[in-house]
Amino acid sequence: MKIMTCPVNGPRAISEFAYGGEIRSMPDPATCSDDEWADYVFNRNGSPGVKREWWCHLPSNTWFVAERDTARDVVLRTYLYEGEG
Amino acid sequence: MRLPAQPGEWIDRTTPLGFRFEGRDYTGFAGDTVASALAAAGVSMLGRSFKYHRPRGLLSAANHDVNAMMQWGGMPNLRADATPLAAGMDLEAVNTFGTLERDAGSMLGHLSRFLPVGFYYKAFHGKRLFPLWEKMFRAMTGLGKVDFSAPRQRTPKRYGFCDVLVVGGGTSGLAAALSAAEQGAQVALVDENARLGGSTQGASELVGKVLAHPRIRVFTDTYAAGYYADHWVPLVERERITKMRARAVVVAAGAFEQPAVFRNNDLPGVMLASGAARLIRRHAVQPAGRIVLLAANADAYQALADFIRAGIEVAAVVDLRGTLPSEQRALPAAHDIPLFAGHCILEALPSSDGRRVAGVKIAPLGQTQAIAELACDGVFMSVGWAPAAALLYQAGTKMRYDAGIEQFVPEKLPDGVFACGRVNGVHTFASRLLDGERAGSAAAAHCGLGGAKPIAVPTETDSPTHPWPIVPHPEGKNFIDFDEDLQLSDLENAIQEGFDNIELMKRYSTVGMGPSQGKHSNMNALRVLARATGATPGEVGTTTARPFFHPVPMSHLAGRGFTPERRTPMHALHEAAGAVWMPAGAWQRPEYYAIHGLTREACIEGEALAVRQGVGLIDVGTLGKLEIRGPQAAEFLERVYVSKYAGLKTGMTRYAVMCDEAGVVIDDGVIARLADDHFYFTTTTSGAAAVYRELSRWNTLWKMDCGIVNLTGAMAAMNLAGPKAKQVLTGLTDVDLSLPFLAVREGNVCGVPARLMRAGFVGEWGVEIHVPAEHGARVWQALMQAGQAHGIRPFGVEAQRLLRLEKGHIIIGQDTDGLTTPGEAGLDWAVKMDKPFFVGQRSLAIIASKPRPRQLVGFMLPADHAGPAPQECHLVIDNGDIAGRVTSIAWSPALQRHIGMAYVKPGMDAAGSTFAIRLSDKTLVSAEVAKTPFYDPDNLRQKEEA
Repeated sequence: MKIMTCPVNGPRAISEFAYGGEIRSMPDPATCSDDEWADYVFNRNGSPGVKREWWCHLPSNTWFVAERDTARDVVLRTYLYEGEG
Repeated sequence: MRLPAQPGEWIDRTTPLGFRFEGRDYTGFAGDTVASALAAAGVSMLGRSFKYHRPRGLLSAANHDVNAMMQWGGMPNLRADATPLAAGMDLEAVNTFGTLERDAGSMLGHLSRFLPVGFYYKAFHGKRLFPLWEKMFRAMTGLGKVDFSAPRQRTPKRYGFCDVLVVGGGTSGLAAALSAAEQGAQVALVDENARLGGSTQGASELVGKVLAHPRIRVFTDTYAAGYYADHWVPLVERERITKMRARAVVVAAGAFEQPAVFRNNDLPGVMLASGAARLIRRHAVQPAGRIVLLAANADAYQALADFIRAGIEVAAVVDLRGTLPSEQRALPAAHDIPLFAGHCILEALPSSDGRRVAGVKIAPLGQTQAIAELACDGVFMSVGWAPAAALLYQAGTKMRYDAGIEQFVPEKLPDGVFACGRVNGVHTFASRLLDGERAGSAAAAHCGLGGAKPIAVPTETDSPTHPWPIVPHPEGKNFIDFDEDLQLSDLENAIQEGFDNIELMKRYSTVGMGPSQGKHSNMNALRVLARATGATPGEVGTTTARPFFHPVPMSHLAGRGFTPERRTPMHALHEAAGAVWMPAGAWQRPEYYAIHGLTREACIEGEALAVRQGVGLIDVGTLGKLEIRGPQAAEFLERVYVSKYAGLKTGMTRYAVMCDEAGVVIDDGVIARLADDHFYFTTTTSGAAAVYRELSRWNTLWKMDCGIVNLTGAMAAMNLAGPKAKQVLTGLTDVDLSLPFLAVREGNVCGVPARLMRAGFVGEWGVEIHVPAEHGARVWQALMQAGQAHGIRPFGVEAQRLLRLEKGHIIIGQDTDGLTTPGEAGLDWAVKMDKPFFVGQRSLAIIASKPRPRQLVGFMLPADHAGPAPQECHLVIDNGDIAGRVTSIAWSPALQRHIGMAYVKPGMDAAGSTFAIRLSDKTLVSAEVAKTPFYDPDNLRQKEEA
């Protein structure tokens, strides 16, 4: 079983975590086209590589960011979300 | 034959153990394996081969001897070469028709040319004969008998942690463990043998140091069954599994000695030199009296010394190599043993009964004419090694073929994984010590303990493995795979037929797919394929070595059922009241309360009637209960729910629908405003955890000035409903009960701080009472007692489902599915598109511009409907096509007819129009679209006092 490091609680078994999807910026609903919006809602990039993802440590309900290389199945870095940019 | 006491022997000669094998009595010693005890008694035939039922004996004596598997009572497939002898064992060989001695299946050997490679593919190709073949092969294949009446075995599991896990307690593993421990690492050292030390003598000093070291935990009689992500390795003991989490893993698993391939190389008495040496050293058993040693490396000559010491007569040493180092020549010369360098064994000759080797024919390598025939009762082979690299492969190690030692060795190891010793291509004793020290030090350094020692390990000068220990023979029976009875020609034919890739050849021929998983066959099969295709072994590559390393008993893998369930604080009270339980998400909820002598339906109807006419009480503590506080709490709620809450007055509640980003309805509940910056709100029972989690994520992303707390488990909740509910509550609370519909108040109930919400889910005057969980049972009891005079009844989920259906209220997940938009579910009124933003808003705007695909409507069956009624999920049929489905249906005692909800196509939703529902028996039932609520359409009862 893999280990994931929660930024608050330290390394824990992966069974304590939930995946929250890739971190993607939402297009401005007021200005984007229907196609752009549909792309944001329905399409995901599944190609292997380094992803920034939402993960939640369930017992403590801690959401954080994990940078994961899905090609190598390696967690590169985890940290609390500090906003984009 | 049992030898005199050997130095360091494992047997305890003071403890004889009696046992039976194939109906005969034998005696061995404590410390024997089944096979060593039988070998000591002169029994060489231990089993029959899988396909041809040929006599087979010991090969490795190292837990890889799949032709020596035995049944003991309910335990099938015990490996005789590794199973410790126990007193009173009553053993039988597994793969026999009749007995081991008289096996009717042995005639199959004569039919071998009718059992070609890829037989299953060929035989099962035609459908017509399939049943015949299937019947035949079901009877013939499979090993051992399952005793279905065997008692259930429970095998404990535990979790272990260490810095450095060393797999393999041989020379290099011992050195690695010591070196890591001396740098401060907590070390776990695992070996599948009963004692440490591995197969090589000389490591006894290290064993003592390891056993005495305070930071080394030793697991003997334990094997590492596989490698899983992040250094997670299950350690399988006889009666337990330890799930070991290491920070670094050193694989010092050694190598499997490989058999040579020549005609009749499977006869009992033909075995690996390392296996014979094991029998001598550990169990003081002389496996044969007069042997021929087939050699191709230095290990053969070390073993030769053992054999000479054990008094075995060596008829000849046959060495595949033309030239060999002089120190290797010296030993046979000193004992006047003929040495045939550059020769091979052309074939082994069976005894007259065919059950043991009786001689060998020797020929110069590459020639087919024998130049000598020697009598012997044993042929010991030491021609090469294959790395025990299963764990390394599973960890993702990139391996390369080292032509200098004719072996696959690690080229690039994953982070935190180390290899040393024979598996790392290091075979010389002194080098293995160095390599172990190097790997152990590096593993400790990986854990942040000390620095990795720079140790240079000399490369091998003499290849321990022969590149081609394979001798063709026109009459075959030169076995490559002893598990599956595959001969050299079988593989050659498979290649000829086009299966000339290692993965294809494996699947077609089944080489390496038997119980030993190719530990003795993969390397030779690979060499055959390489030679046939003109490729190097490195280019051919290996097949995948999947877990487990050895077969793990099912009882080790089976876990105990663990399905945690949640119970509300009133659980015991429901139980006492006759609750019939149903699961709701993780919770147990009363479906209804059984009354002796009444049917389920009557009980549910009675509960519903009590609510309609008197008063009822339902436990709704399973609802998700969340609290949000902060200056931006209202704004947050407006962003995650479709309605508006900024204008909600303190002291009031409002229905709340949640959508996902696609505009699909995912949850609902009620939001109560307790203060300007303080809301208390509920979610569905099954959605509670996910909603809380998702709201927390939004809050993390948006960084709004508010905080969410999950009070689901902290609060108990019950709904007191019915025309007499207010009377019941009066006197128990300090809250003014003239509070209007949808109001919320904080006060006391039965002296307990409580939140009261005027709710209308079931359509009567009702109040949801939320109290701290620890007071839940008390308040419930007090309400039931106060209600006694009014005929109060507790009601369950089924009655509530009926009551809400009469009111036309939907249940998320029952009347909605994974595509339902608010509009389809009739919730448009709740959606406030003029808000600046809410989750799903943009999608709903797009959806609104397109035609609506379906609409949820209420329907009724005719009052005089007879026969079976539709059920949930029955289809709505329009002109022969599917036009929707029923989501809810029930017999309404209040309306005295069946009522329900269904999705229908647009245009079919006009009140008063009819549509057809198809029952399971394909008959159609007519239903009439009806306005909801069905009951009390003006919602007077829930607002006004009775």
